[in-house]
Amino acid sequence: MNRKGQAEQNGQRAMGARSPRAFRGGIGLLVTTARTKRGRVAAALILVVLLIAFIGPFVAPYDPNQFVTTTFAKPTAQHWLGGDVIGRDVFSRVLSGGWSLLLLAVAATLLGMIVGTASGVVGAYYPGWADSVVMRTVDIMLAFPQIVFALILMSIVGPKVWLLILAVGLTHAPQVARVIRSAALDICERDFVKAAQAWGIPGRTVMLRSIVPNLVTPLMVEVGLRLSYSIIVISGLAFLGFGTQPPTPDWGRMISENRIGLLSNLWATVAPAVFLGIVGVATNTFADAVARVSLGVEGAEVSVVLDSASRVGLAEATSPSISAE
Amino acid sequence: MSSPTAETVVKQTAVVRPTLRVRRARFARAHPMLWMLASRLVIGAFTIVAVAAIVYFATTVLPGNAAVATLGQNATPERVAALEKRLHLDEPVLTRFSGWVTLAVQGRFGTSLVNGKDVVEYVAPKLVNSAVLVAITSVIAAIVGLGSGALAALRRDKPVDHVTSVAALVASSLPEYVVAVFMVILFAVNVFQWFPAVSVLPPGTWPWEQPEKLVLPVLSLLIVVVPYIMRMTRAATIEALESEYVQMARLKGAPGWRVVMLHAFPNALAPAIQVVALNVLYLAGGIVLIEMVFAYPGIGAALVSAVLTRDIPVVQFIALVLALVYVIVNIVTDALVLLVTPRRRLPR
Repeated sequence: MNRKGQAEQNGQRAMGARSPRAFRGGIGLLVTTARTKRGRVAAALILVVLLIAFIGPFVAPYDPNQFVTTTFAKPTAQHWLGGDVIGRDVFSRVLSGGWSLLLLAVAATLLGMIVGTASGVVGAYYPGWADSVVMRTVDIMLAFPQIVFALILMSIVGPKVWLLILAVGLTHAPQVARVIRSAALDICERDFVKAAQAWGIPGRTVMLRSIVPNLVTPLMVEVGLRLSYSIIVISGLAFLGFGTQPPTPDWGRMISENRIGLLSNLWATVAPAVFLGIVGVATNTFADAVARVSLGVEGAEVSVVLDSASRVGLAEATSPSISAE
Repeated sequence: MSSPTAETVVKQTAVVRPTLRVRRARFARAHPMLWMLASRLVIGAFTIVAVAAIVYFATTVLPGNAAVATLGQNATPERVAALEKRLHLDEPVLTRFSGWVTLAVQGRFGTSLVNGKDVVEYVAPKLVNSAVLVAITSVIAAIVGLGSGALAALRRDKPVDHVTSVAALVASSLPEYVVAVFMVILFAVNVFQWFPAVSVLPPGTWPWEQPEKLVLPVLSLLIVVVPYIMRMTRAATIEALESEYVQMARLKGAPGWRVVMLHAFPNALAPAIQVVALNVLYLAGGIVLIEMVFAYPGIGAALVSAVLTRDIPVVQFIALVLALVYVIVNIVTDALVLLVTPRRRLPR
């Protein structure tokens, strides 16, 4: 099968054959998702986490950086979750340690989506050298596992917050570019794009006005998946000590700081771990629910396959176009 | 009249010797397998070269000076100059790169800036340790994941299927180090004390001599990886079961086991191989955090400490090794997929 045939196949998956009118806008897709069982549970969990992360710092009983109790003190009535490795209040630190992770993850996701979508659409719209440049860059970047790529960048400049966003965002870009390119290839063949071109409308305008708005469904699915990966990678880097710097409370770093005190105060480690787990499960479940609504139940499983394939660069290899055209 | 004009000569050669492009396409149609391997090797070699260039230039040329970064802001100018000389930072960029490539091809990546050991000698045992971890995890994950995925597909839409699919979704969305920390709490420190909480290997010993230290790292990785394999196998098996050839087999009265084993299974094999390969590649990144949690002496932990101490030769070597693994796994996977899907192998 040639590239166009493959694109049509992907396009059918991506555009969702169920009821196109319902998903005209991204809002409609979100509303429909929130009406499904999984979507509702995930949305509720996300809401709870957001409330805790952004209201938590204002209702925390103690200053998260003050030494108000003893090292790994057991939970008491004053300190609900006990003390951490240097005697700070764990409950206050848990309440204050979430917003930085969430903001960083959103920023990295946005960066990755913008860079990935731009290069994916350009690659689809200008077949030829632009497309080749995009796709070969994607191939090379996928040769690094995400966290390894971020670590290499960190080794150059050292742990900086902007670098964290840049590193994680850039590692998303090739994967987004792959998915968006294959969806956009189909749209580029449509009559309204041809008509716009025939009118002499510049390529930039055609891409922004005619192509990108038709990519809302794959974009929504991608945003969800990328956000959940961002959270996992950024909290992982924080756990390794490459995130926000001490003494700022941070769920990922709290786990690595307090791990040595598991026997004295279990909660200093378990509390941030539970919250990270809830964030991960909630965002991933919501992304899965969006995919289920837009692609159908089996389509969602297929998108997991395709997505993971794009994650490590096998998507091209798995398509039936292995041997030359 | 008898002697051919220049024009006909051109025409004749054009007919007798097709362009390179056409010949390439003909060869590709006649020997898809060879063509695939050859083109993959070329792309793979290109990827390795590109990765080497990126890693080299990123770590030694980009902002700041590697020597200053390594020694810290308070380094004396003499020490910086000495280290610059040792890293050859005082020479032109391209000379340095070609010199580095020449040595790298011979397997010489310089010495670690932190402990002064030869990089290859320092990383090689860690590479073995990581390979053991990845190999054990991959084998178990493949067996459990493929089995449970196929089972879920056969029990489709029954309660078992719903429970496993939700469990798989939850497990696959947990960060791997969170899983590892819970494993430590459950099986090493707080609830049961069955296994060691850290997997430090004394120097000179190998992981297979101390299997109890592998249990928790492998278990943590399995919990993250198996759900992916399961979900994908389930989707692939359902696709095969719903295909027209399986319906045909059922209609002609073939017994259930025969339909599953001889008609559906061979067609679900290619996606299954890809899924397992994907997860081997995923593990290449996943071991970084797991090795840090368990203080397991592998390349992931070595990479993190090299990044923390700006040990640039070690970072370069480990990045190259990981890229090499990626390329090799991709080529092997493609070859295996072609082996199990005869219709793609046939000349067209």
